[in-house]
Amino acid sequence: MRLITHNMLQCHVKNCNDNNFPLRLEEVEVELIEADFQPEFLQNIVGKLEWPAFVNTAVQLGNTSLPATIPDNAKDNEEFLKVLHSALLETHVQQGKMVCPNCSHVYPIKDGIPNMLLAEHEI
Amino acid sequence: MSRPEHIAPPEIFYGETEAVKYTENSRIAAIQAEMAYRALELLNLPEDEPAYILDIGCGSGLSGEILEEEGHIWVGMDIAPSMLDVAKDREVEGDLFLQDAGQGMAFRPGTFDGAIRYLKTKRFYGIWEIPWLCNADKQINNPKARIARFFSTLYSSLRRGARAVFQFYPENDDQIQMLTDTASKCGFEGGLLIDYPNSKKAKKYYLCLFAGQADGHKNRMPTALGEDGSEHPAVASVEFEKRRIKERRRTDKRRPVKDKKWIMHKKETVRARGDRAVVADSKYTGRKRKPRF
Repeated sequence: MRLITHNMLQCHVKNCNDNNFPLRLEEVEVELIEADFQPEFLQNIVGKLEWPAFVNTAVQLGNTSLPATIPDNAKDNEEFLKVLHSALLETHVQQGKMVCPNCSHVYPIKDGIPNMLLAEHEI
Repeated sequence: MSRPEHIAPPEIFYGETEAVKYTENSRIAAIQAEMAYRALELLNLPEDEPAYILDIGCGSGLSGEILEEEGHIWVGMDIAPSMLDVAKDREVEGDLFLQDAGQGMAFRPGTFDGAIRYLKTKRFYGIWEIPWLCNADKQINNPKARIARFFSTLYSSLRRGARAVFQFYPENDDQIQMLTDTASKCGFEGGLLIDYPNSKKAKKYYLCLFAGQADGHKNRMPTALGEDGSEHPAVASVEFEKRRIKERRRTDKRRPVKDKKWIMHKKETVRARGDRAVVADSKYTGRKRKPRF
């Protein structure tokens, strides 16, 4: 699972509506897998990201290269886009679990595939 | 023809062997590719801009690979773990999730630029021949609730003006009615699109849904293919025509077998063997007869 997807995920247990983002990563194994650099995609996606949550997650995983706020000239700043690309699209979480900060539901991650299935009473 | 969704739920039907078989079948790959290209066309994404696309029920990532080729970033979800394992082995680029579409999706609002799917309606009905699933809690197997939950979470996870395209094979009109009703109750615009409506083989149902309206754009239903009576390219041309011509040519070349040369050769071999009497050769041997008239 790439960090971009982690930034889009929230807990979907029934009645867990507040404070259900971002899911806390625990006991994670991270792997870097190269991907094609697509500046157009990054320019589009940067507005959709929850930036503080994204930076926090990156720091948790040991990546401190991201600035605390999005620079003003984000769209043309190639250096920034490159850093963003490597954190967003090349950092894969392979093992571990995600925990909802509100209801503490645990979503296990195995071989890079998070298990988002819920039990009957959680739907 | 039996449908997989009648036999067993996907997480059981697509076990390890089925998952590999499904992925290696070239016919299925071709169908998936055609569906993916058509769905991409219907999504009407802005040109030359990589988009973030959700593939619901991505399976082994056959349609995801096409999204990759077109330069999009995709996220796939499926309920069959074996299919996801196959996808993982094939090193697809998209992120994969083990998730049941009927349970809704866990994405933040406004995430995706589009969603595509090859929809198996039975999955939402939760009516399996397997008794232990039939006996399950009514609440979770209620098809309407599952579809409603799916559409409403999908609606919120799409960005404004994004589209969702589903290809499906309806079993009856009630199913179509129920899907379109639920979709519009959940806020979607759009409706059903039927490609090649007059063709038995190439007829395809697409559910084309719009999640709201982007600024300055008016949602227009795309036009269906083949409505003017034109045929699907694969159906219109005769299959194996080349092979048939080749076969005909081969039969033309064949000479009548029993000409003079053949008879002489036959006699020679029998004589060499020496176990039967052979009639002596004469000027009449193997001679062509006159026509009767």
